[in-house]
Amino acid sequence: MDQKEILSLKKTATNIRKGIIEATTAAGSGHPGGSLSITDVMTYLYFKEMKVDVNQPKNPDRDRFVMSKGHCAPVLYSTLAEKGFFPKEDLVTLRKTDSYLEGHPNMNTVPGVDMSTGSLAQGFSAAVGMALAGKIDKKDYRVFVGMGDGELEEGQVWEAAMAAAHYKLDNLICFVDYNGLQIDGKITDVMNPEPIADKFKAFGWYVQSIDAHDYEQIEKAVENAKQNKGRPNMIVCHSIKGKGVSFMENQAGWHGVAPKPEERDRAIAELNDYLASLDAE
Amino acid sequence: MADKIATRVAYGEALAAMGSDERIVVLDADLSKSTKTDVFKKKYPERHFNMGIAEGNMMAVAAGLATCGKIVFASTFAIFASGRACEQVRNSICYPNLNVKIGATHAGISVGEDGASHQAIEDIAIMRALPNMTVISPCDSYSTAFAVKAAIEHDGPVYLRLGRLNVPVIHNENTKFELGKGVLLKDGTDVSIIANGLMVQYALEAAKLLEQEGVNARVIDIHTVKPIDREIIIKAAKETGCIVTAEEHTIVGGFGSAVAEVVCSEYPVPVKMVGIEDEFGKSGNPYELLELYGLTAKNIAAKAIEAMQML
Repeated sequence: MDQKEILSLKKTATNIRKGIIEATTAAGSGHPGGSLSITDVMTYLYFKEMKVDVNQPKNPDRDRFVMSKGHCAPVLYSTLAEKGFFPKEDLVTLRKTDSYLEGHPNMNTVPGVDMSTGSLAQGFSAAVGMALAGKIDKKDYRVFVGMGDGELEEGQVWEAAMAAAHYKLDNLICFVDYNGLQIDGKITDVMNPEPIADKFKAFGWYVQSIDAHDYEQIEKAVENAKQNKGRPNMIVCHSIKGKGVSFMENQAGWHGVAPKPEERDRAIAELNDYLASLDAE
Repeated sequence: MADKIATRVAYGEALAAMGSDERIVVLDADLSKSTKTDVFKKKYPERHFNMGIAEGNMMAVAAGLATCGKIVFASTFAIFASGRACEQVRNSICYPNLNVKIGATHAGISVGEDGASHQAIEDIAIMRALPNMTVISPCDSYSTAFAVKAAIEHDGPVYLRLGRLNVPVIHNENTKFELGKGVLLKDGTDVSIIANGLMVQYALEAAKLLEQEGVNARVIDIHTVKPIDREIIIKAAKETGCIVTAEEHTIVGGFGSAVAEVVCSEYPVPVKMVGIEDEFGKSGNPYELLELYGLTAKNIAAKAIEAMQML
């Protein structure tokens, strides 16, 4: 991946972040913090890696993405809209009674959403099912998953981790968004899921750890995962909650609180400045 | 055909008999010898997956398989399918309306010796409350084979309630089964006994007891609890004037409640319910337990008389 491509991905990610801010502010609720921390991974997947077609969102041979931390619907919707699955103007209808953009992803109303999620760990298990179906049908699609670090506190995560290793689902590539914060505070204070990488290694996974905001590291980890045979893949992504908006970064308080209109304006101004700086490069 | 056969046995055999459809995938949670999905496994090992003792994960894995075009039968005991995995069934299967069939065996107190922890007596109440879910409680091997076939043909979630105990064969190859339609087993004019699952045999026996008292009872098997056959219930209310329901389940929110909901809103007449009276089961011989909890022909007949006396 050359610098031009990285620059292009950074611009796309900034536009996706703007969509997250606009959507959650318009909704008056939602989850911006964990949406902003996983934005670069989502951008890489949808704009560089995944085989998806906006005109055939249900193509059986497509790559799948499951947002297991379903509360991060804002980043999923903003990414899908940026990709062209539905109009970007619709993002501001998020969570409204007459909108198809449910507070948590709904596969039957939102084009491009591969699984309805919201109750933590269930999307991860469903992704295991999709990967298993790929093996049964001898198809070469891959299943990508976005998970939270707090989500790892759910016991079902480890049931699914066992099953994925047992059935050697190397077509499953998961990203845990390791921003270190959950609603009630630091993950290490609330219920420590660490050491995350070691746990997945012990469960038989091929584990890599990267900086979630470095596109070269994301690319290398995904390429390594695609070469890996016989084990499911976990990419532990060290990330910054609220990434890209200075006053939201590393604040647990922005887990599930929407920006007020004046905060939105400040955030959008910052993101526009960043876009301008990228243009100047 | 044997005189008596458990519906779980009929389930395993039906799955194997209809398993040639390559979309069918069967999951189990370390109980395949008890749920009888091992019969399918012997024939189609490449489409049977043991998910280990992890029922919540199994249900959501089933959902993921279904998004890829599979018709998934996920089997475990009813207590775990409707209890431990309840939220996975709700959020990952029913909410997205995915094509997952839950083969829930060992339902009811006729599980027997394993006791209350393993006797699902509230599963129908839970499952029928979930939008998009179809709930079937077959009474015998023919009805079970039909239920499996209907589940395969129906696009959406289905809960199949199956038993451990051997039960008599009530239907035959000529019985006309239809999803959501009750089956009239005996016509009558004085009272209607509406039952499902293993209570159907006792409903028929109760009708014989009532006949000795000069009461002409109608007997209906409503295998599909949801969507329920409103037509046959309303007709029974109109033509016989009172109803007794019989279920191997708590009377709180179960099959009797489902019948009463129709009667109350469409054609109010007295409805008496035979079922478990808001209490847990216990260990014991299954037949002794059925007796202990009043799940008997004698009790159905007594309730029928009570219902008639309310008129």
